[in-house]
Amino acid sequence: MTETVMVDSARAVDWWAVVKEAAITAAIGLALTVIMVGLRTVESGGGLIIETHLTEVAWFVVLVFVGRAGMALLRQGVAVPVLVVSLAVAVGCWFVHFPSSVLQLLAFTAGAVLAIRALVLARIHRSPLSAQERDQRMDRLGARFQDAARYLGPALLAFAAVLPLLPFADRYIIDIGTLALTYVMLGWGLNIVVGLAGLLDLGYVAFYAVGAYSYALLGSYFGWSFWVCLPLAGIMASCFGLLLGFPVLRLRGDYFAIVTLGFGEMIRIILLNWYNFTGGPNGLTGIPRPSFFGIAVFERSPPDGVLAFNDLFGIPFSTLQRVDFLYYLILVLALIVNFFTLRIRRLPLGRAWEALREDDIACTALGINRTNIKLAAFAIAAMFGGFAGSFFATRQGFISPESFSFMESAVILAIVVLGGMGSQLGVVIAAVLWVGLTEFFRDLAQYRMLAFGLGMVLIMVWRPRGLLAHRDPTLLLHPRLTARQRQREAENRA
Amino acid sequence: MIMPSPVTRSQPGGPALLEVEHLTMRFGGLIAVNDVSFTANDREITAIIGPNGAGKTTVFNCLTGFYSPTVGRLTLHGANGPVLLERLEAYRIAQLAKVARTFQNIRLFQNMSVLENLIVAQHNKLMRASCFSLAGLFGLPIYRAAERAAIEKARYWLDQVNLTDVADINAGNLPYGGQRRLEIARAMCSEPVLLCLDEPAAGLNPRESAELAALLCKIRDDEKIGVLLIEHDMSVVMKISDHVVVLDYGCKISDGSPDHVRNDPVVIRAYLGEDDDDVTASEVLAAAPAVTVTGGRS
Amino acid sequence: MAYFLQQLINGLTLGAIYGLIALGYTMVYGIIGMINFAHGEIYMVGAFVSLISFLVLGAAGITWVPLMLAIVLVISMVFTSIYGWTIERLAYRPLRGSVRLAPLISAIGVSIFLQNYVQLVQGARIKPLPPVIRGGFTLMGDGDNFVVQLSYLQIIIMLLTVGLMVAFTMVITRTDLGRAQRACEQDKTMAALLGVNVDRTISMTFVMGAALAAVAGVMVTMYYGVVDFYIGFLAGVKAFTAAVLGGIGSLPGAMLGGILIGLIESFWSAYFTIEYKDVAAFAILVMVLIFRPTGLLGRPEIEKV
Repeated sequence: MTETVMVDSARAVDWWAVVKEAAITAAIGLALTVIMVGLRTVESGGGLIIETHLTEVAWFVVLVFVGRAGMALLRQGVAVPVLVVSLAVAVGCWFVHFPSSVLQLLAFTAGAVLAIRALVLARIHRSPLSAQERDQRMDRLGARFQDAARYLGPALLAFAAVLPLLPFADRYIIDIGTLALTYVMLGWGLNIVVGLAGLLDLGYVAFYAVGAYSYALLGSYFGWSFWVCLPLAGIMASCFGLLLGFPVLRLRGDYFAIVTLGFGEMIRIILLNWYNFTGGPNGLTGIPRPSFFGIAVFERSPPDGVLAFNDLFGIPFSTLQRVDFLYYLILVLALIVNFFTLRIRRLPLGRAWEALREDDIACTALGINRTNIKLAAFAIAAMFGGFAGSFFATRQGFISPESFSFMESAVILAIVVLGGMGSQLGVVIAAVLWVGLTEFFRDLAQYRMLAFGLGMVLIMVWRPRGLLAHRDPTLLLHPRLTARQRQREAENRA
Repeated sequence: MIMPSPVTRSQPGGPALLEVEHLTMRFGGLIAVNDVSFTANDREITAIIGPNGAGKTTVFNCLTGFYSPTVGRLTLHGANGPVLLERLEAYRIAQLAKVARTFQNIRLFQNMSVLENLIVAQHNKLMRASCFSLAGLFGLPIYRAAERAAIEKARYWLDQVNLTDVADINAGNLPYGGQRRLEIARAMCSEPVLLCLDEPAAGLNPRESAELAALLCKIRDDEKIGVLLIEHDMSVVMKISDHVVVLDYGCKISDGSPDHVRNDPVVIRAYLGEDDDDVTASEVLAAAPAVTVTGGRS
Repeated sequence: MAYFLQQLINGLTLGAIYGLIALGYTMVYGIIGMINFAHGEIYMVGAFVSLISFLVLGAAGITWVPLMLAIVLVISMVFTSIYGWTIERLAYRPLRGSVRLAPLISAIGVSIFLQNYVQLVQGARIKPLPPVIRGGFTLMGDGDNFVVQLSYLQIIIMLLTVGLMVAFTMVITRTDLGRAQRACEQDKTMAALLGVNVDRTISMTFVMGAALAAVAGVMVTMYYGVVDFYIGFLAGVKAFTAAVLGGIGSLPGAMLGGILIGLIESFWSAYFTIEYKDVAAFAILVMVLIFRPTGLLGRPEIEKV
């Protein structure tokens, strides 16, 4: 698929091979869709009847045929005609009536991808880049990005800090920013386990849930303030992390992943069924809102003896004040995680995590206690998850097991993986993209998870270490080169 | 920079460092190591040789705790008195008994820099210095000093194995010989009293082998530690070993000075088969480096 | 006693279904050492294909049960296998020899994709199917109120499972394909050097696993009479637990594990609480992995140094 083919106009195109390849692919496409898409079960009266949607199947099969034929032609070095046709498809699909919007999107994507490939072929007179070249280019991009992070990071931070003060920042924007920051924090927390220690944790949301319920229960039953409960929730979550981690951290990578998944689901099922304690599927309501560090509250008319935030500063009351406060709260919490991660990477513990990810047997031979080191990663990440959870509870004022499903774990994992395992800025970008795209394509919300699953597969196939994965050494003997220069040097040596 | 040089003993070997008694390792029905006993002395290089499948690496794995031996006692006479290795977990052997090892198929932290590999080797010392990360998180001077000392130690060993220039590139990008040397340097950074090397010369060219031999002698003489060596390259073994142990089919068949082993008829039978009465062991083993028994699994 | 016997029968039936799914996990794990997280979803697709086939056949007027069953089985197996093949080809094959955890993440992506794909095209509602096979034997009348029932459907499920197991064992032990599979399990590079088409063998492993999952899908559609897009996740986890319990990589182990899980679930629901029956499966999974990661019939793995 990736072999280099020189464009050779003299060589005849083997049409038969192209048609055969496209026909086989189209036949498989037909088999995949004819029953599932073509015949739909619809409720009618008491039972089900079948509704046929065969036109959609036909459209799909034709698209697959044309797309695969285009790919085959590109491999044979036919660039210009494919470019013209695929551009025509990509543009034309917006003017044709498709039986479903997914097909339209598919036609557009296929046309665009083919057009780009054809353009590359026409420009550099070769077939698409080999996997190795592509990887190298992405490595270079990662290195460049790493260098840029020095300026980009503070710039982003400054933007995040002044966002609520900007004129266009209404409640909606701040809410989205808060949500994005929550994902950033969770991503950074999970990054400690997945990115640094190399343990695939599929149940991270369990610690998020433990944190949320800890705060909700402590806050509602004992009336303790958010500022007391926040550390408690973190400790609680990290105790759960230790409890789970102790037996399972000996397991091999994939078993470990499945067990953490099982643990996450167990927590959810218990929350769902322990009705007296957790409210079951109805969840917990009336979770206390946070105060301004215990000094003042965000209310228009606070009870006697309690100071209102707006009176404290002598400004008029606004509901936005609480929203802004929550935004800054999660920003600070997330930054704590970031600071911790950046710092710990340069400490023996962080280096041991990374060493463990690289080769755990060599670690043992160097006297590193694998279990303790992994446990530390697990418990610390759980603690940050717990912090995020109690923030979530206080922000929503309402929690239910529904918020802590496996999908949520998968989303956090995808944010870490997509951004590039171990890359802090990558997590930010992935989280902002996830929240931003979800908001932007609200009309297509039903296709959200579909695209999400597809995206996960594509990233893994295309670049398993994540889009912007780049690792900088944590200390240098000759500190004078930028990441990009080091990357180049490594390439020259290899 | 170490140049190949004639290797001479500068000082006599020390007292017994490692005593292996009746070591036996069974995997199901297979007896990989059968009642092997030998002693390795301090400040000496002890070589374990034998044909492929003789059980040499299994002995190493028992010594370093990756396998727990079926029968046997492994005593290490370190600075703090004798330690029974078979009772310790693998990481405790490296941590407490100070036994360091390298691997037959190199195990470096590929995506970490050369320098980082050497710093990770000093994990336990640094971990204590950083008060289990607390002092480190807040950047206290006590940790900074410890880190500087660790870097200096790493720099010393980088100089010894000639990798100072490439200290900041990823270990995986080093050429093969460099990776072998880095693995030895990494083991040395953990300040061992016994260094176990599993085929360090495999895949090296003759010049690199000679450099390696000089390095090992230097480690023995300057660091005053014991070295245990599995090696197929007889040019290295016969030149630098103070003591050679020969294994065959899991049993010890010979044990003594290189000269003794070279002339032992049992050894030559193990290497060449039963019927070669007209060839003496000394002819074969002295002819090294021409005769280099190479191979993968051992 | 009668109650116990009824639970035993129900548990065995359920166990047969789990066992068939577990075979897919264990085969794939045996040959390429990855947990095919999307296998539960394959089973769900199989259940939907069978549901649709039953409805179409019903509409077409084919009501003779043996013929109907045969056609549905064939259709489900064929179409579900194509899903299995395609997934392997697109989402797993490019990742062979990649980062260790990449295939698992990719499999999670596939699983999410399939779930939402089916939800989109077929709707999120629970789909009912009127019983296809009714009736059965009454084994034991417990006086007045409780009778032990062994339905024809349960007999068919068990017979079909036994038949498939026999056929399957023959394929693995007697045919070229089975020999190639066993060779790839031991050493893929060597098998390739000896002329085994490794890619094709792995593809066929996925196809076989998917076909067995499809049969399980047909059975579950008939047995419970309801299907929805979410059944794959839990069934997948339980079947994976069964595979691990039996010893992953071991084919008889998968069947044994499936039956044990079926029995445990059935007795747990009957004698303890039905709410926590899914917790039971997870708890067993965690216990087995911690205390006996090789499972009941698995071979121990020695850490390679």
